[in-house]
Amino acid sequence: MSALLQIRDVFVRFHLRGGIFSSAGTIDAVSGVSLDVEEGKTYGIVGESGSGKTTLARAVAGLHHASEGSIIYRGQELVNLPEAEFRKLRREIVMMFQDPIGSLSPRLTIKSLITEPFRIQGMKDRDLDAEARRLLTMVGLPPEFASRYPYQISGGQARRVGVARALALDPKLLIADEPTAGLDVSIQGEMLNLLARLQDELGLAIMIITHNLNVVRHITDKVGIMYLGKLVEEGATEEVFVRPQHPYTLALLAANPEPDPDAQLMRVELQGEPPSILRRPKGCEFHTRCPFVQARCSRDVPAWTTHASGAHRCHFPEIWTREVQAAS
Amino acid sequence: MAVLDIRDLSVSYSTPRGSLRALRNVSMTVPEGKIVGIVGESGCGKSTLISSIIRLMAPNAQVGSGEVRFKGTDLLARSEAEMRALRGTEISMVFQDPMQTHNPVLTVGQQMVDIQYRDKKPKAEKLKRAAEMLALVGIPDPEARLNQYPFEFSGGMRQRIAIAMALMARPALLIADEPTTALDATLEVQIIKRLKELQDEIGCGVLFISHHLGVIAELCDEVVVMYAGEVVESGTVRDVFHNPAHPYTAALLDCDPGHIKVKTRVLPTIPGNIPDLVNLPKGCIFADRCDKRHKACDTRPALWTARAGHRAACHLIAEKETA
Repeated sequence: MSALLQIRDVFVRFHLRGGIFSSAGTIDAVSGVSLDVEEGKTYGIVGESGSGKTTLARAVAGLHHASEGSIIYRGQELVNLPEAEFRKLRREIVMMFQDPIGSLSPRLTIKSLITEPFRIQGMKDRDLDAEARRLLTMVGLPPEFASRYPYQISGGQARRVGVARALALDPKLLIADEPTAGLDVSIQGEMLNLLARLQDELGLAIMIITHNLNVVRHITDKVGIMYLGKLVEEGATEEVFVRPQHPYTLALLAANPEPDPDAQLMRVELQGEPPSILRRPKGCEFHTRCPFVQARCSRDVPAWTTHASGAHRCHFPEIWTREVQAAS
Repeated sequence: MAVLDIRDLSVSYSTPRGSLRALRNVSMTVPEGKIVGIVGESGCGKSTLISSIIRLMAPNAQVGSGEVRFKGTDLLARSEAEMRALRGTEISMVFQDPMQTHNPVLTVGQQMVDIQYRDKKPKAEKLKRAAEMLALVGIPDPEARLNQYPFEFSGGMRQRIAIAMALMARPALLIADEPTTALDATLEVQIIKRLKELQDEIGCGVLFISHHLGVIAELCDEVVVMYAGEVVESGTVRDVFHNPAHPYTAALLDCDPGHIKVKTRVLPTIPGNIPDLVNLPKGCIFADRCDKRHKACDTRPALWTARAGHRAACHLIAEKETA
């Protein structure tokens, strides 16, 4: 069976405005990404600021235009799809935005917010009171919340309202952009548990975008690591965590200090800052910060190499993984 | 002697609904040359605590009781002019958002010269000192960088510049309010490491506020856990993280997904919300979310000593001793 969502060699290109003395150029915020999201499964996209993860998600949701490549959802090409056609698809592909309070209009009640999708889609036959009750119960909020305004609820509750609104039309694919950013640790679990439960109940496919690897580990089936607009590694989640095949993945894993002062630190330190995508490094784009860099890395672009449970973009994973194992 | 010694501090805000009691009987110390972490979630009173120390409080805030002793004297009794002389020289701060701490229309060099306004030195010397500080926090080619504007630096570099500026006068106390929260994980690690090295060199006391337990574990010597305006536990990082004595600390550690080694679909959480700080509950502040709640919790627990230097506000400690 083919995947619910197939992303193939997608580029999202932005045009730069030139100054008086410089000519306008272009940057590829997403630069040739391919991945599959399977029905009912969760795919996690991990990357740091500027890695292009949100841009990719927005391209799938039709909020950015993909300049090249193809995004196929259930056999239908989404790239260059007219907006009127895309609007129909938004019953099935929904996006949950990052800022929970900011994405809710302060002037609308929770009821109007979560039933807005029905109005937008012109579904006049629905009993909006009943729908509001159903959706609030589904995300674990009391039905009385229907008459409240966003400023009267907490950040965690606002997230739940965001989930209720996203799931109003019974979608097939949910794109969640940083669903736990800004939440306290004690309630971050609630949000992830809610998504996991709803996925089991509704058979949703979820594409989750985050910079937090710990979040990804527990709720995703597959994970892709992005750096400068490209995937540098992809694979079954547990496999990527236990046996990372790209030094950047290893560095991300190591940059998550455990809450234990005596933890054995497998610290992989990156040098310097992430390069600008205006000036992509030659060869392997990670070589300027890679702790295991070799002469070849600044010359040759590493190929996308597949293995049993995933794929990576590194010349010599076998060399440095042995080194790391020996050190730990 | 402790650099900072906060004793029994209570601060409230007057609101239309009544007095919101943001800090209640908070005591903690920052020993000389040590890094003390404060852990707590939204609404625990971290921000109120910081603003009380540097005396930059909201207009509707009132100090109910207590002292903020810095090098032995109470800051709350100082005049505004005396406080101004202290800030930036003896006590300095690094804020959360590195994108907003610098003036966007002045070069970094100019800003670093400006904050040395107290020194009667020629500008060239001040610039030299600024370049030295930039080099110290690991900014390559510091002399040339002084002529650049904040927008020409990345977030991680701007936070390092903020640290350089905070440490320029070699303060006795550095307050760092979530200095790495806005940064990516790989940069966070760099900043933490640099901060520790600098602290070693300058020997100042650091009050480090974070909600990131892993960072606290790695950086700090001691930790204070706050919940809803009270200190619920304090001790060395090792004691508190290995043998949490307060159920809130234990639950918080359990919730950290970095702690959970086996893949699970159901993550632990702490059900419920923090209590209303206008209408405080009678007994233990954490009781209605606590899974170890029992009869004694209807009265407010004292800070009991679990072991030397490790205290927690939970009745269970006293009961274990008498049993």
